[in-house]
Amino acid sequence: MGLSLTKAAQWTTAGKLEFTPMNESLLKELLSFVEDFSSRHPQEAEHVFEEPLRWSTTLGASDFKTDYYISGIDVQSHEKDSGGQPLLQLSPPTVCVRSFSQLSKLVHLAADKKLEELRACLEENKDAMVKILGPCFADILEKEDTHTDVLHLVDKDQGKDPEFKINLFHLLQNMNKQLLSKLLEEIEVELNLTALKNDIESLKRLCSEGEKRLLKSVRYTSDFEFSNGCRAPLWRQVYGDICYLVVEPCDTENLYITCSTAGFFLNGGIKQEGAESGYERTSDTYKDLLTLLKSRSPYFAEHINKQASAVQELPSTQSVHRHVESVDMEEQGELQRSYEQQEKNVQDKSRKQHLLNKKKYEPCPRWKKLGLMSPCGKAEERKSRNSSGMEMSSEIRKKKQGSGAKSKMKAEFSLSSLPGRLSSSQKIKTPARATELSSESSSQSEEEEEQSERRLESNTDLPPEYWQIQKLVKYLKGGDQTATVLTLCAMLDFNLMQETCQLAIRDVGGLEVLINLLDTDEVKCKIGSLKILRKISHNVQIRQTIVDMGGLQSIVKILDSPVKDLKALAAETIASVARFRRARRTVRLYGGIKKLVNLLHCVTNLASLTANQQKDVEVARCGALALWSCSKCTKNKEAIRKAGGIPLLGRLLKSPHENMLVPVVGTLQECASQESYRIAIQTEGMVKDLVKNLNSDNEELQMHCANAIFKCAEDEQTRDLVRKYKGLQPLVSLLAKVNNKQLLAAATGAIWKCSISVDNVAERFQEYKVLESLVELLTDQPEDVLVNVVGALGEFAQIPASKTIIRQCGGIKPLVNLLSGTNPELLVNVTKTVGACATDQDNMAIIDQLDGVRLVWSLLKNPSADVQSSAAWALCPCIENAKDSGEMVRSLVGGLELIVNLLKSTNDEVLASVCAAIAKIAKDKENLAVLTDHGVVPLLAKLTNTTDDKLRQHLAEAIGHCCMWGSNRASFGEAGAVAPLVRYLKSKDATVHQSTAMALYQLSKDPSNCITMHEKGVVKPLIHIMGSNDKTLQEAAAGCVRNIRLLAVANRKAILFY
Amino acid sequence: MSDMSSLNRKLIQTLAETISKQVDHFNKTEVECLIREFNVLLGECAASGRAVNGLDKEKFRSILHNNFGMTDDMIMDLVFRTFDRDNDSFVSLKEWIEGLSVFLRGTMDEKIKYCFQVYDLNSDNYISREEMFHLLKNSLIRQPTEEDPDEGIKDLVEITLKRMDHDHDGRLSFSDFEKAVKEENLLLEAFGTCLPDIMSTEAFEQHVFQEQLVL
Repeated sequence: MGLSLTKAAQWTTAGKLEFTPMNESLLKELLSFVEDFSSRHPQEAEHVFEEPLRWSTTLGASDFKTDYYISGIDVQSHEKDSGGQPLLQLSPPTVCVRSFSQLSKLVHLAADKKLEELRACLEENKDAMVKILGPCFADILEKEDTHTDVLHLVDKDQGKDPEFKINLFHLLQNMNKQLLSKLLEEIEVELNLTALKNDIESLKRLCSEGEKRLLKSVRYTSDFEFSNGCRAPLWRQVYGDICYLVVEPCDTENLYITCSTAGFFLNGGIKQEGAESGYERTSDTYKDLLTLLKSRSPYFAEHINKQASAVQELPSTQSVHRHVESVDMEEQGELQRSYEQQEKNVQDKSRKQHLLNKKKYEPCPRWKKLGLMSPCGKAEERKSRNSSGMEMSSEIRKKKQGSGAKSKMKAEFSLSSLPGRLSSSQKIKTPARATELSSESSSQSEEEEEQSERRLESNTDLPPEYWQIQKLVKYLKGGDQTATVLTLCAMLDFNLMQETCQLAIRDVGGLEVLINLLDTDEVKCKIGSLKILRKISHNVQIRQTIVDMGGLQSIVKILDSPVKDLKALAAETIASVARFRRARRTVRLYGGIKKLVNLLHCVTNLASLTANQQKDVEVARCGALALWSCSKCTKNKEAIRKAGGIPLLGRLLKSPHENMLVPVVGTLQECASQESYRIAIQTEGMVKDLVKNLNSDNEELQMHCANAIFKCAEDEQTRDLVRKYKGLQPLVSLLAKVNNKQLLAAATGAIWKCSISVDNVAERFQEYKVLESLVELLTDQPEDVLVNVVGALGEFAQIPASKTIIRQCGGIKPLVNLLSGTNPELLVNVTKTVGACATDQDNMAIIDQLDGVRLVWSLLKNPSADVQSSAAWALCPCIENAKDSGEMVRSLVGGLELIVNLLKSTNDEVLASVCAAIAKIAKDKENLAVLTDHGVVPLLAKLTNTTDDKLRQHLAEAIGHCCMWGSNRASFGEAGAVAPLVRYLKSKDATVHQSTAMALYQLSKDPSNCITMHEKGVVKPLIHIMGSNDKTLQEAAAGCVRNIRLLAVANRKAILFY
Repeated sequence: MSDMSSLNRKLIQTLAETISKQVDHFNKTEVECLIREFNVLLGECAASGRAVNGLDKEKFRSILHNNFGMTDDMIMDLVFRTFDRDNDSFVSLKEWIEGLSVFLRGTMDEKIKYCFQVYDLNSDNYISREEMFHLLKNSLIRQPTEEDPDEGIKDLVEITLKRMDHDHDGRLSFSDFEKAVKEENLLLEAFGTCLPDIMSTEAFEQHVFQEQLVL
């Protein structure tokens, strides 16, 4: 972690992590590592860091839920170290974290901001390893990847749990390796390794004894060769190092040479494997080994030319462009797998990746080459037969110094583009492709040819499109409108969806020209420019550049144009540019949303449209497309609503054309996350159209419609409308589309939400046999489908008949299996559904048999409060309906302690659910005894001051049941639980009265409690409750009054007799 | 004088009736307006009742320039030539109305035909490489540093020819041109702007049809 971070990650000078693909993947890896850490390695996660990790966070107190003490804006974790220091402390904007468990909780809490949090954490804790493990451990980790024995360190270490620490150390070490190897996958080894090996072998042959020998010895520093052919340690491979050589020339001292993808150079003296230092470059970089040797050993240089035969044996190492795959590593521990095994699959993969990379970087290898070769300075005068590539670059450089901008156009261009790009390309791929020059060993005569010819030769490295596009951009710059339009048309002939062309346009400065054209008055030029922009903006980088250049503002302005074609094109371009936040924001800030909404005005439902009206429809379609892209952020949704977009979208929803409906419904379903939209969709009568389009043949449209219903059916009226318009059946039939997971997720989601209305379940869904289909979807589905399917089953199971069907279809087992998942959303639904199923005795038997209760119980440990409460709720029916539930509960080791501890939660829902569960558990006397031992009484008493009616109800219930053991009644009284309970009788909620009356009845069996109750005026409300229709309630209230009365009578008697 | 003008009006109306039957896109009132406009443009010549052949090149060019924002003399001459169907160096009333019918309101097909005629310099029904070169010769900034300043234009001609010449005979026939334009509408005015843009069209129609009706 530390190693790969400090060495492999690409930092900007300001100490920030750059936004490069490599860093992104690094971060993502780290994130998943941190996220899963506490669940995978709970013990190691508890280990307290040597020093806290501190960084400024974007999280606030409101982001923290249970397990944290929140006071104002400060937050402290419940978890503390042995010294009583909280393991997480937040005083905005700084957060201190001292264990992995807290770190992963924090990452979970951060939700969609987790990547930023991790990034900030890393940026501000570059020495994270030292902080976590302490300096001595971290040192080892930094040094080598080999399994160093760390045991001796433990002796020195005063830590309390050395075992965990070692484990943690190993975990981090593994992580480190994984990261490095992941990174290696992204790095290409440029040099032809076989050629390099041959070279070295031939050099070794030159070392033969006798007068003729040119070198004394040549050897590798390491005998171990990695599967990718490299001998350098993994972390150096990240830098492009391939292997290290020690060459003993005849005339000078030993040469320590690094062979890297960037070339060959002398290092600080790496003598053997595993050296810790000396990797730095101490000489110029040479293109090939021979040149380096010649420059360092005059003897070698002199004799090598004589040995013609020997020379022929030396092939050029320079540059056959070949890709060598690095270690393919996906799972933890795979590093230890034997390397031979891997080699098989490595090759295919390498080929694929090669193609990929090649495509990606095609446009600018030339710059890279120039950038990389600049260090090889002095080598240029050397008459090496292999150094043509290098000379060429130096020639170009000379030209730069000499004639500057006056040189030929092509050279001029590459120079001008160099400065900005150089640094970044070097960073992106340190060992970037050295050169793609052909590998033929050029003869002496060829070398003396004209420069221009050479340049041409090297120019051929770029795809022909590149030069053509460059030429066209030149015409764009210097042409009048006629020439511009012709040129734009010519440009449109290129395959603009191809990345090579897209980037070529940008790289030759075409994007600027295209954007400038948008600000002219020439309609045709604008149309042409937009036609190009709408295509090339499918490329992420182009999109960003357009926004950076302020192009989006110009495009937004065009939306006001009277020319319809122009408006449509501008909207379409916005649709493809506004795929990221900054762009969407720009559109809004420049009033684009309003303009886009204005485009939606058109006549759609006429049978025959005039040409003009058709154009309006097209404009509206493009406007809807653009709004769809823009609607992915909340403020834009609001802006669309304010601009009056909803009724217009509603009108377009009646269009018969799929290509119109998809963006319209897409926008609506995107916006339906806002309540205002959901209401509007319902009141403007769009549900009918949405339902209608569920029957479309277009799966994308069906998906958006189902999604819209999914989001809107939170509302009961909408659910009824869906039923009214006969939308349930098409939804059910969508369940058959098992191959389209997105559609399936949307459809199951809609069914889930619709099934919240019992009418829907009872009247419709049952007859469509939907339960059977849903149960089938419980296995082998992606999580977003599962969440919805299980959610739907949970709703269905509210009806007794469904429970039987679920069992009969074999649904219980997959449900119980899902309990061991990790997705909180899914777990909430699964526990809910299992709980609902458990209300049926036969189902419960199966759940018990599958050990489902233990699984539910262990979910109480889940960090998510929602999961905790949902699990606790599910436990209630389980305990109630299980055979011999007391024994079952006792068999769960530590279970009772766990649940009692949850009473310390700060979440009312969790508390209510836990109280409910405790009430059920306490019905078993033995278990109640254990609960009491774990201190359930004071904890419950502490909660009595709540005003939450749901919590009050279950709390009173729990208190009532907990009274049945030992001196608990008295203890409740001592803990001050009685007086607040009396206040509960003033609550408006009848259920609260019921459970409170029961609890008071139990408590009143203790005389001192009776006194408290009487003091607090319990009798009057109780007498009132006695008039209730509920018999148990009547009895409880009467019983309580009786106890109070008896006490009073006894008292009087006592006074009378004594 | 009033007799004269009423006679004139009568004449114009009859004329308008005849012409509006022969020309697409304009109704009778519009034709009438166009006739008036034509007469106004002819200026005093028409008022004096002398026989006038029509608008001469100079006058026509100034109309194109003032009303439709055209600047390129060569293109304006070509537009004049296309309007002037009988090649008598004057645009007659009928030619005026027929020309404007395409110029202002032509369908795509009509416009393609019109543009092709404009660009076909020698009226041989082909746009040759040389004609293209001639039409485009001022469209690129010449870079004095280059050996052949026309290189860019030649290249542009080649690129365009390659794109539009579907039958590969090295010149554009009408069907080549038509096909290319239908594929990419931007190519309609490929070799120079010879049609008004939407704003000046609207402005002109507004000026001719509405303001005159008020009078």
